[in-house]
Amino acid sequence: MSLRTDLAKVRGLGSAKEGSAHWWSQRVTAVALVPLIFWFVASIISLVGAQQAVVQAWVATPWVSVLLILLCIAMFHHLQLGMQVILEDYIHVEWLKIASVMIIKFLAVALLLASIFAILKVAFLG
Amino acid sequence: MTTGQRPLSPHLQIYKPEFTSALSIFHRITGTGLALGTLLLVYWFFTLVGTGDAFVKMQIFWASGFGRVILFAWSYALFYHLCNGVRHLFWDVGIGFDVAAARRSATAVVLLSLLMTFGAWAWGLSLLGGS
Ligand code: HEM
Repeated sequence: MSLRTDLAKVRGLGSAKEGSAHWWSQRVTAVALVPLIFWFVASIISLVGAQQAVVQAWVATPWVSVLLILLCIAMFHHLQLGMQVILEDYIHVEWLKIASVMIIKFLAVALLLASIFAILKVAFLG
Repeated sequence: MTTGQRPLSPHLQIYKPEFTSALSIFHRITGTGLALGTLLLVYWFFTLVGTGDAFVKMQIFWASGFGRVILFAWSYALFYHLCNGVRHLFWDVGIGFDVAAARRSATAVVLLSLLMTFGAWAWGLSLLGGS
């Protein structure tokens, strides 16, 4: 016998009230990261030892700016979701857990925005 | 209730470490390391803005012995996490989830990530003319 109501079963959101959304986003961002990371690493290697102006010109190439921003979005979202799970697993003091998950969220958003700002600044102004 | 049938998380105090469990925790360690590494990445983006000497300073740092050790660890962590992450994605669609297959894919992840790391370094160093 289950004590769960029919409504709760139909919603299927579980005790965290968000169902599989967190898990799913972690997978979607992981899939996106595979080609983006291959591209990024290969690009960085081919830029090894390059002058700043050369790297700037690369970042300012329109499709490169877009891919870099996509990489940052996928990466910071992925890392925020991942670090949240780790903190939830290891921190057992409730207020500390909530506070650290919040800090990771704030940091991820701030660093993402900072990256996008820097990329666009290089793209538009050099 | 059929709680006896449910999978249990490993109870670490009484859990015998396995090759596969070591890879699992290493995925977590590399994920955390990569997350910290993004601080340097964001800083690098800012060194590209304008014409200050921060870009050159960072380039000199990465070319130093200490800088290269960090870069090497970073690149291995990234390739390991990528390969093992893809292993996770296969599990998620139900492929390779028995013990024998998990051991085989574990070996594959270790070898492939090493190969990718050495390949990347061989390419990068050859561009620098071998120095
Ligand atoms: C390159 C492609 C990548 C793939 C395919 C990938 C894949 C994955 C997968 C499938 C998970 C979930 C593991 C689980 O449920 O236990 C995960 C976790 C995680 N990833 Fe990634 N990832 C990638 C890149 C990155 C990057 C670049 C970062 C950080 C900058 C990162 C940080 C993390 C963190 C912190 C976790 C949480 C680890 C845990 O819960 O044990 N990942 N990754």
